[in-house]
Amino acid sequence: MTILLNENARILVQGITGREGLYHSERMYAYAKNIVAGTSPGHGGEWVLGDKVPVFDTVQDARESTQADTSVIFVPAYAAADAIMEAIEAEIRLIVCISEGIPTKDMLKVRALLEHTESRLIGPNSPGILSPGKAKAGIIPGSIAIPGRVGVVSRSGTLTYEVVQALKDAGVGVSTCVGIGGDPIVGTSFVECLDLFESDPHTDQIVLIGEIGGNEEELAAEFILNQVTKPVYAYVAGRTAPENRRMGHAGAIIEGKTGSARSKIEALLRAGVQLFSYPEEIAEIIRMPTC
Amino acid sequence: MKLHEYQAKLLFAREGIPIPKSGLANSPIEARQMAAEIGYPVVLKAQVLSGGRGKAGGIRLVRSEAEIETTANLILNSQIRGIPVQRLLVEKAVDFSREFYLGIVNDRSLAKPILILSSTGGIEIEEVALTSPDNIEKAAINPLLGLQNYTVRALASRLGIDSSLWKALQQIASALWKLFDRLDATLVEINPLVVTPEGTLMALDGKMTIDDNALYRQKDFLELSDQIVETPTEQEARKFGLNYIQLNGNIGCMVNGAGLAMATMDCIQQAGSEPANFLDIGGGATADKVAAALSIIMKDPKVSSVLINIFGGITRCDEVAKGLASVINEIPRDLPIVVRLAGTNVEEGKKILEQYPQLLQANTLMSAAEIAVRESRQVLA
Repeated sequence: MTILLNENARILVQGITGREGLYHSERMYAYAKNIVAGTSPGHGGEWVLGDKVPVFDTVQDARESTQADTSVIFVPAYAAADAIMEAIEAEIRLIVCISEGIPTKDMLKVRALLEHTESRLIGPNSPGILSPGKAKAGIIPGSIAIPGRVGVVSRSGTLTYEVVQALKDAGVGVSTCVGIGGDPIVGTSFVECLDLFESDPHTDQIVLIGEIGGNEEELAAEFILNQVTKPVYAYVAGRTAPENRRMGHAGAIIEGKTGSARSKIEALLRAGVQLFSYPEEIAEIIRMPTC
Repeated sequence: MKLHEYQAKLLFAREGIPIPKSGLANSPIEARQMAAEIGYPVVLKAQVLSGGRGKAGGIRLVRSEAEIETTANLILNSQIRGIPVQRLLVEKAVDFSREFYLGIVNDRSLAKPILILSSTGGIEIEEVALTSPDNIEKAAINPLLGLQNYTVRALASRLGIDSSLWKALQQIASALWKLFDRLDATLVEINPLVVTPEGTLMALDGKMTIDDNALYRQKDFLELSDQIVETPTEQEARKFGLNYIQLNGNIGCMVNGAGLAMATMDCIQQAGSEPANFLDIGGGATADKVAAALSIIMKDPKVSSVLINIFGGITRCDEVAKGLASVINEIPRDLPIVVRLAGTNVEEGKKILEQYPQLLQANTLMSAAEIAVRESRQVLA
């Protein structure tokens, strides 16, 4: 089993005819054949991915024709909040937004809308979700992970790949890898993912990859202390980052007293989390699975 | 993007928030002319994007024409936290009996803007939060509904603020919300918001931050180019779509992805040195972009070795290798370059690099950092 995404997912790609959307849809399709539809306004009626996947004008049409329950969004930032809201309106269960650079105001509205629905949003500015051997929703390379019992949750992209590859090199597999996104306002928090991993009978250990900015890691630490029984390992990027400079991700900025790596590391240590100090070190400290 | 005090106040005034009479001055003479128009006493305020202006001597009271040029000259020739002062706000000095704090900021965890009111303004709100939390009240704003007047009254009432001021507070808070919402702000703040001897409210200082992600639809702000606190190299990097931030160390670095770039910088520190920069080449970088990135790193004279860490996902290692190969002849022989490739097309990438023995290859991130630090020490020795 996995969290959020498994082999039964029926995936819809919003923005499937765009350059990024098409490229990654091909890779997702090569990983698991569960892409059932795409949308692209004005392209309804076309077929993509070797004429195997139909394109619709709207998410509503796509869902009605294909029973899609999961959407992956690859549309440009200025249109991405609109795309998320369209998916919410069409009652898509899981919405994964890869798009980067969405204005915060738009995300505040999306979050307000989400409160009254059953949909779950991952991202934006997320690499997506990979449940190794089962399904892939997003851009995480399928080759870096093997199936297993370690849950991985992260705010970043390639840094996550680094950690997951180190696990694979050590023979350790992953149940699900979730990138929650590098923006200040995202749909799903570390705490919610930790909660899902804690309840998942097929996840034994959890790896959390945080970075400077905001207080997600501090909230995660508090939750781990009170609610998580499984071993948690964590890495926090940005120990050398200066104050008041945004380090790439819109969410990665140390402002005054909040958001520093030190505050996050101390909170996680207090919660009994084992910290690793460089990405590859995870392979040296994680408990090896017993076969 | 942060706005200067004078820019924030201009926007305040347009929305009907009372501010003192004021004007901008670029020179001591202009300051004198402006003060003559406004009437003494005036306050001269350095317009730099930094906190702690008062403590650094960037805000001074001037009582008469006799002192104005000397004082203006003093501030204009100073630096505040390393930023040279280029402009002064000349402002009518205002008497007041009380100072409040009023602001709207996004709360990341709640995913809502929050209204913050404090009965003890004038100092940093973080400090008030620590020393006298009872003097701060906050309320979340529903972004779909906007700020309602009852929310403002509720906060004022809880803080024991005299009800004769509530109507004015409501008007000012509602004007702040309009600015926050319409201009894609992530922060608007009046500190202090003072009560004058006449019993009216007035904004004596203002801060605004505009969401960088929304600048494409807030084009008025793009023209305020002096805002951007960037070095020339940082500006050049931006033209290539590279995210580069100059730092103080000796090890130049080039990485794909912001999180991994920070992790690579941390590895350099752990290996015993400091990074010279943050540089994220983004996803799917082409050979051209890699070449541009390397030339930008080499512009920094502090750089004594370079660490290139690429974990290919969308980015292909062979494309990165081609980019490096294309500029190999421009790299000074005495500048060690350590390359660590992993992920998509790693074998093809490594094969290309093998033709250039001057490029040092490493298999893991940590070993790459150690080699870069060792090489840097040899160069500096």
